[in-house]
Amino acid sequence: MVPEEFRLTQPPPTSTYFEHLAQGRFMIQRSASTGEWVFYPRMLAPGSGTEDLEWVEPSGLGTVYATTVKRNKPPKEDVNIAIVELDEGPRLMTHVQSVPAEQVFIGMRVRAAIVDGPDEARILVFKPDEAE
Amino acid sequence: MTRGSQLRGKTAFVGAATFGIGEAPGYTSIEIAAEAARLAIADAGLKLSDIDGLFICLPNDFLSGLTIAEYLGIRPRMTNNSRTGGSAFLTHAEWAMLALDAGLIDYALICYGANQRTGAGKLVSAQAPSPFELPYHPNNPVASYALAASRHMYEYGTSSEQLASVAVAARQWANLNPEAFRHGPLTVDDVLATRLVADPLHVADCCLVTDGGAAVVMTRADRARDLRQTPIALLGAASATWHTEISQLADLTVSAAQESGRRAFAQAGFAPSDIDVVNLYDAFTINTIMFLEDLGFCKKGEGGPFVAGGAIAPGGALPVNTNGGGLSYCHPGMYGLFTLVESIRQLRGEAGDRQVQGARLALAHGNGGTLSSQATCILGLPETV
Repeated sequence: MVPEEFRLTQPPPTSTYFEHLAQGRFMIQRSASTGEWVFYPRMLAPGSGTEDLEWVEPSGLGTVYATTVKRNKPPKEDVNIAIVELDEGPRLMTHVQSVPAEQVFIGMRVRAAIVDGPDEARILVFKPDEAE
Repeated sequence: MTRGSQLRGKTAFVGAATFGIGEAPGYTSIEIAAEAARLAIADAGLKLSDIDGLFICLPNDFLSGLTIAEYLGIRPRMTNNSRTGGSAFLTHAEWAMLALDAGLIDYALICYGANQRTGAGKLVSAQAPSPFELPYHPNNPVASYALAASRHMYEYGTSSEQLASVAVAARQWANLNPEAFRHGPLTVDDVLATRLVADPLHVADCCLVTDGGAAVVMTRADRARDLRQTPIALLGAASATWHTEISQLADLTVSAAQESGRRAFAQAGFAPSDIDVVNLYDAFTINTIMFLEDLGFCKKGEGGPFVAGGAIAPGGALPVNTNGGGLSYCHPGMYGLFTLVESIRQLRGEAGDRQVQGARLALAHGNGGTLSSQATCILGLPETV
């Protein structure tokens, strides 16, 4: 039995995030004591250093904060690359899909979706929020 | 007392050189760095054996400090190959200032060399991809800077034409610099006619990929007086880091240059209005606009109109990147050291057709990662100390 002071304090954040994603769940961390949302997943909340992070499902809603189009050589299609600000506060890099890459605009309301990525893993993307 | 002000003017740049700018076919990166080092040491009137502090950072050799010590055949008291991206060399100047002032070393060499054009054939980056960015395959670094540009356009109405005018000004300076890799006429329309890489940035909004090396030598002010060249005082040096991946920068229109600049100016006891020439790391045209704002040369959001009005071009109110910058002079992967070399050349009055008449104070600014690491040095003639 490993003495308590040497035990691993929490599941590894990066792999936990991708395991959730692989199972079709978008989960991020939130501090139990301060309510602060954290992305990307970490061992502690950046800045405050709070370590009581729990995995919580965010609303999945967000707003495009910045956007660009990665121009590829034809026949490969151009790809949108955006930074989305989640309604909970954190920002992340992603693709906004289901619309032409150059039609994504700052301020656009978007909703999270989990799709098969270009590599082996499933990835988190966003699509225009139909409800709005 | 202002933090660091006791270091103001205690050290000086006494040697500076470049080598292999543009294309240096067949040379390895370490050969280019070593030759720049030899030339800078000779420029200072020193011997190789005088160097006891060694600072370097290469994109593809994480232990380049060991490589260059062996290559030069010296046994430095201090070897530092710390890396903060392309700003590293300005942070090296900051560390060298400390070590020289503390008496740990007497002569510091900061050097760089890379063969990215004729060797690698593309930009070589040392930045580790984030597992949270990697699945989206951003064409970094340009995609990250493009995201910042998109936000600057959204918040301040900055236009593609204004971005392009940064590249035009850089080319106009390069046309006055025979060492620059790119020469020839360039208009805003020419820039906008080049291929988009990551909207809103076109090919001509992006820095070159070239070969090239640079080196500077520093010592304490007392020793500097007896050397060959007019010593160029280091009046302020400060650096700041706020993030590494672009999504983690709190406000995509504000970089840590705001903090590094403020601290460097406080240390130097000068204001942006005192500066005669600015050399900053223009990896992309948005950099010049953001850094001019962050460093206090114009208000936040006014960088676009400022550069489009010709202020930074030859004949303008504020000479910026007088060598032609990373956009038209050279960009061998990490450009920071070239901002110091050009500042030294301007203050010494060695800049030929591009000389800024009466230049007494220069600001050199380096950027690393994706707007991540910012480092500012303020340099001056002996009379400014």
